[in-house]
Amino acid sequence: MTLEKKDRIFTNLHGEESTTLKSSMERGDWEGTDQLIKKGSAWIVREIKKSGLRGRGGAGFSTGMKWSFIKNSRKLPSYLIVNADESEPGTCKDRDIIRHEPQKLIEGTLLASVAIGAKVAYIYIRGEFFREEKILQKAIDEAYAAGLLGKDAAKSGYSLDIYLHRGAGAYICGEETALISSLEGGKGFPRLKPPFPTECGLYGCPTIINNVETIAVIPEILRRGGEWFSSLGTINNTGTKIFCVSGHVNNPCNVEEEMGIPLKMLIEKHAGGVRGGWDNLLAVIPGGSSVPLIPKSVCDTVLMNFDSLCSHNSNFGTAAVIVMDKSTDLIKMIARLAKFYMHESCGQCSPCREGTGWIWRMMERMVKGETEEADIDRLEEITYQIEGYTICGLGAAAAWPIQGLIRHFKPLMVERMQNRNKGAA
Amino acid sequence: MDKIKLTVNDKEIEINAGLTVLQACEKAEIEIPIFCYHPKLSIAGNCRMCLVEVDKASKLIASCAVQAVEGMAIRTNTDIVKKARKGVLEFLLINHPLDCPICDQGGECDLQDITFSYGPDVSRYEESKRAVEDKNIGPLIKTVMTRCIHCTRCIRFSNEIAGTPELGSVGRGEDMEITTYIEKELTSELSGNMIDICPVGALTSKPYAFQGRSWELKNTQSIDVHDAVGSNISVGSREGCIMRILPRSNEFINEEWISDKVRFSYDGLQSQRLDSPYKKLKGQLQTCTWEEALEEASCQIKKREGKEIAGLVGPLMECESIFSFRELLKNIDCQNMDCRLEGEFIERSSREKYLFNTTIDGIEESDAVLFVGTNPRIEAPLINARWRKRYLKKGLLAGLIGEACDLTFPCDHLGDTAQSLQDIYEGIHPFIKKFEKAKNPMIVIGMGALTRKDSQNIYNLCRAIAHKYDVVMETKNNFNILHTKASIVGALDLSFVPENNALDAAEIYQAVKSGKIKVLYLLGADDIPLTQNDVKNTFVIYQGHHGDKGAHLADLILPGVAYTEKDGTYVNTEGCVQRAFKAVWAPGEAKEDWRILRNLSEVIGKTLPYDTLVDLRECMSQANSIFKEGNHKVTNYIKSSKKKEADFQNLIFLPDPLKSSINNFYMTDVISRHSKTMALCTEAFDKKSEKEKNRHA
Amino acid sequence: MIRAQKKSVCEKVFQFTKTNTIKIAAIIKKYPKGKQKSSILSLLYIAQEQNGGHLSVPSMDCVASILGIPPIQVYEVATFYTMFYLQPMGKNIVQVCTMTSCWLRGSDKILLACKKNLGIDISEMTGNGDFTLLEAECLGACVNAPVMQINGEFYENITVKEVEKILRNMKEKNPVKEK
Repeated sequence: MTLEKKDRIFTNLHGEESTTLKSSMERGDWEGTDQLIKKGSAWIVREIKKSGLRGRGGAGFSTGMKWSFIKNSRKLPSYLIVNADESEPGTCKDRDIIRHEPQKLIEGTLLASVAIGAKVAYIYIRGEFFREEKILQKAIDEAYAAGLLGKDAAKSGYSLDIYLHRGAGAYICGEETALISSLEGGKGFPRLKPPFPTECGLYGCPTIINNVETIAVIPEILRRGGEWFSSLGTINNTGTKIFCVSGHVNNPCNVEEEMGIPLKMLIEKHAGGVRGGWDNLLAVIPGGSSVPLIPKSVCDTVLMNFDSLCSHNSNFGTAAVIVMDKSTDLIKMIARLAKFYMHESCGQCSPCREGTGWIWRMMERMVKGETEEADIDRLEEITYQIEGYTICGLGAAAAWPIQGLIRHFKPLMVERMQNRNKGAA
Repeated sequence: MDKIKLTVNDKEIEINAGLTVLQACEKAEIEIPIFCYHPKLSIAGNCRMCLVEVDKASKLIASCAVQAVEGMAIRTNTDIVKKARKGVLEFLLINHPLDCPICDQGGECDLQDITFSYGPDVSRYEESKRAVEDKNIGPLIKTVMTRCIHCTRCIRFSNEIAGTPELGSVGRGEDMEITTYIEKELTSELSGNMIDICPVGALTSKPYAFQGRSWELKNTQSIDVHDAVGSNISVGSREGCIMRILPRSNEFINEEWISDKVRFSYDGLQSQRLDSPYKKLKGQLQTCTWEEALEEASCQIKKREGKEIAGLVGPLMECESIFSFRELLKNIDCQNMDCRLEGEFIERSSREKYLFNTTIDGIEESDAVLFVGTNPRIEAPLINARWRKRYLKKGLLAGLIGEACDLTFPCDHLGDTAQSLQDIYEGIHPFIKKFEKAKNPMIVIGMGALTRKDSQNIYNLCRAIAHKYDVVMETKNNFNILHTKASIVGALDLSFVPENNALDAAEIYQAVKSGKIKVLYLLGADDIPLTQNDVKNTFVIYQGHHGDKGAHLADLILPGVAYTEKDGTYVNTEGCVQRAFKAVWAPGEAKEDWRILRNLSEVIGKTLPYDTLVDLRECMSQANSIFKEGNHKVTNYIKSSKKKEADFQNLIFLPDPLKSSINNFYMTDVISRHSKTMALCTEAFDKKSEKEKNRHA
Repeated sequence: MIRAQKKSVCEKVFQFTKTNTIKIAAIIKKYPKGKQKSSILSLLYIAQEQNGGHLSVPSMDCVASILGIPPIQVYEVATFYTMFYLQPMGKNIVQVCTMTSCWLRGSDKILLACKKNLGIDISEMTGNGDFTLLEAECLGACVNAPVMQINGEFYENITVKEVEKILRNMKEKNPVKEK
């Protein structure tokens, strides 16, 4: 199972060709957009539902379903927000879409806005993407100049304005309600749900928030039909997906592949294999830093999709595959992750605010082996005391990597402890 | 209202639709531990303490933030809930110092209580604890920020109730801190309430620091006398000494807040107290016995005819003393009596003419308000808070004629002279276009407008506006007088005013100066425009509790007691009759005021017909039936028919700007004037206003 | 730990320049009427740039008054996001990503090279005020690890040698561009 060239959506993912509007159009962007729009929002939502597209931001919620939840009223406008606050460690697909395929994103934004009836769309781009913001703004300006945005966008009779909104360095703003808080000019504090953004989002209006990749694949799905997309991949995990393979591989890369490709094939075919060969593999974090790691034994057979990874106590997340070979100090790596979550916790909920710091401090001691065996159980218990008790998912995201480590590598931690104690004696 | 049925721990209950899961549990009489939730504040849902299990939900839910729905099955006693609570508490405690023995919150600390009931018994935390720098936010609130559990109640209070958004949470994650960021004092008149709502010892009372423990205090129900709101308070005392003052909940008046003035000015009750009778001998006041003092008073009074005597009553007096005083004066044929020390113009033809008719909780139903010569924020902070509440809930159109000021809600400044008022009446002021459309508009006249030479004209003009723009109609009366003195409505209800052409306060002052008044009896009246020179031909009797302005004029001092030292009845600006109780004994030989008057009447030989408070109150309620039962809720007074008002074109008005009758919120009466805490506040307040002046310059 | 800022007299009064004022007006227009608060991040960026790389209390107060919000809300936002600096920073801000992917591919060495070359530790500023070294959380270029960012510019797939060259060039006020 591999993706044929004809089924690739992001033909310029690696930026080999120009990103101007002209060359994007040559690659097929903006082809018959007006016709697609004229088929109406119901048709668009139906096609996307048919395609089985699941959100590419990590949670994997059905996009068509989400759109159908929007509660449009005559009183309030609705908004589309494109979540380009890509900050999940290991993930760098949205950056490449913005850099190299900006017109796909813009066209997708228009089509998604039509689907949900939004007249204004904001693209929330992370603050560190200084250059990417400039590129995207230029692409938006180009689209405006060509009449593809604004009044009567692409001669479809539909009007849409797209604005770029730049963040300022906060991982939590990738969480949809935190993003809304931030876009409204506040701290990036996630909000209580319900009410869900589809009902009460930006400025209290119905709002849809979609990941960059989700939006960027919309035009191609609509052009080729939902059935084409759902014919790729496996049941319930359809279509193509950009995988970010990083870490200890010979050729780290972003690559578009079919959903459900075996992890081993993904690494060997596209990333040049694990450094030092497959047998040198220690573990993989398969979906961005928040998901629990999987040991080599699982990597041998696991398929890269939501269901397969879930069945192995991990998650598909953003499909950011972080590969670690046997030279890796796993405990130290997870400790660094723990520090990341402590640093990025917004501070609102007690368990996450206090727990992430505690976890990190314990992990730092684990790195040095300055612990007792009971501490490992305690650490695990603490992670379960955070998971699920917070407003947003960051608490859980901080807990999972630790749980994954303990689940699969507890002997390693114990060994380090014993070695140190021996040394001390 | 729609009802829904649901179960809490298998117990079926029926509740109103729209309540939260937490409220549903409350209705089922099941306690849910909470930190961040507060019924008067917006929902934050951040402490995660109130997690409960709901059937069909995959995760535990924050009960404070989720609406209860039909058929919900809520569980609060399952192992998973217990474990969650334990976990949350453990997290809150890891960075919370174990300093309960030296923490003023000890004994009334939510964290302590909840940990005791639901928490872990040992700490598993072996890392070092977080330290947070304390903040200086003024003379009233002591901060120990290491204890803070980031519930954000204080922030929400200052944003929502107080309307002075000065506190915030800066930084993020475990480094998040509650602070003003730049070093500054809080400017709210309600800031002390943050101490009450802080669930831990992060915000405690600065003056009360290390003074006492909650369980040592005796709490007595009382009434705030520092303004005419009649806030319900609880006086905490220990060994006859007032240790602190806290609010008591009364949804109709102060909800659960009180002003900083009543909360912190109690130290003024300890200084400059009159603790013994004094008699002037050779120009010097010297202590004497009660017998001597009463004999002297009686002698001076008996020497004179009734019309040569005058009585004035001050702002803090309770109704019982005012009533006894009036009876005493009447018995000696004296009609020269007044409670309107600043010459307030009061229309007394019917009671609703001098009341705050909308009522305080009625404000929430009013969509527009016109203020005339008042700054409610400093004259009655808790009434002001209601307008803010209304503004936040349903919006409010507000306009002010007087000195421009920040009322914590948007308010158009319509001008500062009576001319603007005439423009309003004539309908040419742009504001009236909006005011006209209001469904339930109200007019509020402050003492600043009623203590001028042209007050009667202003009053009549306001009245005319009220009739013209449907403020007063058959079914409602939103014409309001905002009083600032606790005693005045009670005194008016008891007719403590001159009758049959006797002298009113202004005339009494003149008559004293010209020597026509030979005996001036001041019952707690200090703020009178008379100097020592003015009273040189008058024998001045001062009865009160502080050695303040009145005592300095006196030839004879009869030491009375302060409001915390007596049982008494007060009537607030909306006409609500409330009773306060004695919390502590007065210092030295001071006696309850009504008893002094009763004793004096006996010495004079015109004994008042009661010897107990019960009998006194019986007589008082015969004089005015509103005193029949203490503590009753007031309702909107129905006004008689709408009538055509006279032509107001030719009324003469002074060109002077209208302004509030109060300059400094923190010092308005003898108690607050002698409070060190209030002096500190005044200093901070002055510094701020000076800075503002500099900025404008 | 966050220290309460004393409003000192010596702190300069802050006002946006004419060009920035025009820029701000355009930014505010991106958001619906009455929702000007949404532009706070953009305004803080502009204020930070005009103020020489960090936000002073007067500059934040200025943003508050433009947006018509209480100053404390601006302080809250400015302290929440990592890209706003509340103390003076070096002219060049060198950020080395040390998160997972970069760490796996040797970011420790890159960081060490920066420390050595600049002679400072993380979160410190060189004596001449030219450089501040920061440790970055994931910069989002993981397949090109290790990554560093200097003044908004990404440097990807870098080696210790390249770091030294880049910094040397920058010290000579001759910044090299990637590729």
